[in-house]
Amino acid sequence: MIPMKRETGRILTAISLLVLCLLVYWAERNLDPYLRRILNLIAINIIWAVSFNLIYGYTGQYTLGHAGFIAIGAYAAALLTLAPAEKQSMFLLDPCIWPLNSIQWPFGPSLILGAFLAAIAGFLIAFPALKLRGDYMAIVTLGFSEILRVIIINTQSITNGALGLKAIPAHTNLFWSWGWAVFTIFVVRMLGNSSYGRAFKAIRSDEIAAATTGVSVFRHKLIAFVIASMFAGIGGGLLANLMSTIDPLAFQTVLSTQVTTIVVLGGVGSITGSILSSVIYISLFELLRPIDQPMKLAFLTIPGRPGMRLMLSAMIFLGVILFYQKGIMGSKEFSWPWLFSKLQPVLKKRTTEQDT
Amino acid sequence: MTWNLFLQHLANGISLGGLYALIAIGYTIVYGVLRLINFAHGDIFMMGAYIAFYGVALFLLPWYVSFPLAIVVAAILGMIIERAAYRPLRDAPRVSVLMSAIAVSILLQNIGFVLFGGVPKAFPRPSLFAQVWNLGGVAVLSLTFYTVLISAALLVAMAYLVYRTKVGRAMRAVSWDFEIAKLMGININHVISLTFAIGSVLAVAGSIMWSMKFPQLLPLMGVTPGLKCFIAAVVGGIGSVPGAVLGGFILGLGEVMIVAFLPGLSGFKYAFAYSALILVLLLKPRGLLGKMAEEKA
Amino acid sequence: MAVLEAAARAQEKDDGAGHVTFLKVDNLSKHFGGLAAVSHFNCGLEKGELVGLIGPNGSGKSTIFNVITGIYKPTAGSIYLDGKDISRLRPDEIALLGIGRTFQNIRLFSQLSVLDNVKVGRHLRLRSSLFSAAFGLPGYRREEEEISDAAIKLLERVGLARLAQEEARALPYGLQRKLEIARALATEPKLLLLDEPAAGMNPTEMHELMDFILRIMEEFKLTVFLVEHHMRMIMGICPRIFVLDHGVTIAHGTPDEIQNDPKVIEAYLGVEEEEDA
Repeated sequence: MIPMKRETGRILTAISLLVLCLLVYWAERNLDPYLRRILNLIAINIIWAVSFNLIYGYTGQYTLGHAGFIAIGAYAAALLTLAPAEKQSMFLLDPCIWPLNSIQWPFGPSLILGAFLAAIAGFLIAFPALKLRGDYMAIVTLGFSEILRVIIINTQSITNGALGLKAIPAHTNLFWSWGWAVFTIFVVRMLGNSSYGRAFKAIRSDEIAAATTGVSVFRHKLIAFVIASMFAGIGGGLLANLMSTIDPLAFQTVLSTQVTTIVVLGGVGSITGSILSSVIYISLFELLRPIDQPMKLAFLTIPGRPGMRLMLSAMIFLGVILFYQKGIMGSKEFSWPWLFSKLQPVLKKRTTEQDT
Repeated sequence: MTWNLFLQHLANGISLGGLYALIAIGYTIVYGVLRLINFAHGDIFMMGAYIAFYGVALFLLPWYVSFPLAIVVAAILGMIIERAAYRPLRDAPRVSVLMSAIAVSILLQNIGFVLFGGVPKAFPRPSLFAQVWNLGGVAVLSLTFYTVLISAALLVAMAYLVYRTKVGRAMRAVSWDFEIAKLMGININHVISLTFAIGSVLAVAGSIMWSMKFPQLLPLMGVTPGLKCFIAAVVGGIGSVPGAVLGGFILGLGEVMIVAFLPGLSGFKYAFAYSALILVLLLKPRGLLGKMAEEKA
Repeated sequence: MAVLEAAARAQEKDDGAGHVTFLKVDNLSKHFGGLAAVSHFNCGLEKGELVGLIGPNGSGKSTIFNVITGIYKPTAGSIYLDGKDISRLRPDEIALLGIGRTFQNIRLFSQLSVLDNVKVGRHLRLRSSLFSAAFGLPGYRREEEEISDAAIKLLERVGLARLAQEEARALPYGLQRKLEIARALATEPKLLLLDEPAAGMNPTEMHELMDFILRIMEEFKLTVFLVEHHMRMIMGICPRIFVLDHGVTIAHGTPDEIQNDPKVIEAYLGVEEEEDA
């Protein structure tokens, strides 16, 4: 590792962010909608994966409830940003309740409210769930997610039930999604490197020793869980305004499992890993869309069926768990000194060549 | 609500309870020996039904050949899954094997979609099970009767196996303490494989009877019964076979009675099952008959 | 003599002159199902004392520590720290009130670095809010510096400073024990519970540890409650010792008194030979 002044690292980070801004600007103006959609989805999954690391990677609590928090964020943003006229025509079984039927909010506040509601839900769920042991915690959080879905389907006057919502304004663009992604990365990284981060990791390591060393275990699990659910909600809101339609079927356990797959693939506890694997996984998943339908290749018809992609996804998940538990990055993170130490041999070679 | 109607509901409830009990046992015995919640159990339920269906529809086997064959194939499938996806993780942290189970579940569901397609298939109902009997003024489908009979027979066989045979003793020993069971010369791997086989047999026996009653086959048909039966196993006390039976009957009867007496809430019945789960885990975490030991610090 | 006076004082709850025993364990019992791990245990420690707790394996010593630090709740009886009833508090609340401990089987945060292990001990004194930590505000950054300084100073005092960046689990056994003590010291305890700190040590290491304990007691103004199996160590530094067998106190007094107590000898038959091996 090359010793590097902290300022140098900060300058490099600032430059990278600037470059990212320029790239986002360029992409938003020049890429076709299909590619932009993939890039948006990548950013949203980064938000989910990185924030899941907070409760699973750092604090070691395996929960399965994200789909529920994502749903809350999605429905909140959708209901608030939808035009009243649309809501009137869409709610066929039961008219939309007041005040939702007459208001329309801008995107930002809608996202924030959705995140806030998701955080409250996280707070309430945490009390039963986080006191239970591993497998039970997973089941109860899964149960919450499923209960929420049932509630969504059965409260037609708020959510339009199984019919779902459509014509949601497509507010999400690359600035929103990547902006929030950067924010999520920033917050999670800051927390992870802080005293709180150490407390979380201590809990993962040995709860009892953490407790006797003065860490209030439940309170910290709660903090991680609520923050993670808040970001899940933000991602959900961004998703709703990206896809323009949502329905209860989109928020099943499979969605929670997708987030878990991405995190495990990237390396549990590594933010860098989560970012990398979000890119890889989502790109693959979207690019493989054709295999869900039969394809014609010259004179061959390759049979394709809906379900192939998920089957592959499950196989990847299984493969990673069985053979590649460390994931791409293990638990290591990217850092500027690390990058330069990797580049050092190359740089050295160049300068020695110049000398001769 | 006439007396006759009530008896019909009761018969249905007992029949459903028996099926839930069979499936719940599969969860509980696997949890007993491996401390694993086998998420894929419900999907073995699904696979067994499809295999039985294709045996009749594609290979033109008579049902009394196809159904037992499906049960045998399912038992083998259960053992393969254990060998491939769970055994390598035996020394890994518990989370890993839980994730593996979820992955297997999703894999099986989508293999189902790919192989069988999402269009519902109609499960055969042999005439033996399709008769309507008149028992003292109550119209009962012969299937209901046979379901109760077969479930009871299997439950008795299960009880005999677990409490009266050497194999059953070995299973109980392994569920108490892995290491000590090993030291006593028990072949852990054989016991665990057998446990999965038994669980799968019961699940598919259940799914065949289930499919004769609800003849629509779908790749996701195992998800809801699977989760409900897991809840039944937990409510009764996970790890306890009598608990699973009790839980199964409570759930089966409860479900039928709720739909019978409170038809307006039937949409929420799924949510009730989960709420019951959360309540039990909070108030009586070991379940009604559970006896899993408390962890000492 | 002074020891005996202190002992007599400690046995009384309050001698009427407003004196409160620092740590008072009052008629403590702990049952696990049908098993009585600890029965009617009484003891009192004065500030600055070094008291020993010995007994054959399974006699309930660690259980007592676990109850005092809040890992278990007492089945009956109470624990008082400086007059305050801590029997039903959580372990982290008890740590905040000033009790630190080490464990019989070392329980470090194995994946964290040596330095981070100690830094965790400073977390309970954190004044900054979660928000300021999440956004790296200046107030929080200052505290992070303070935590760093305090942690490094502690590592220097125990002689582990050059290993600060190593993974805790990479350390040799003896140093891991020291790290566990350093981590406990980071919480600014007034009372330190040491559970078999000399386990697995040879006589030289044990002597070092004995000196170390006496040094930190002086430096950090600690009261220490020490559980040990090594008789030489306990008899060597503890002026007062409790002896436990099957959860019941069978003797209490100075090392001389204990060594000549027939009940103790009976409980420990043959331990002298074992210990020299």
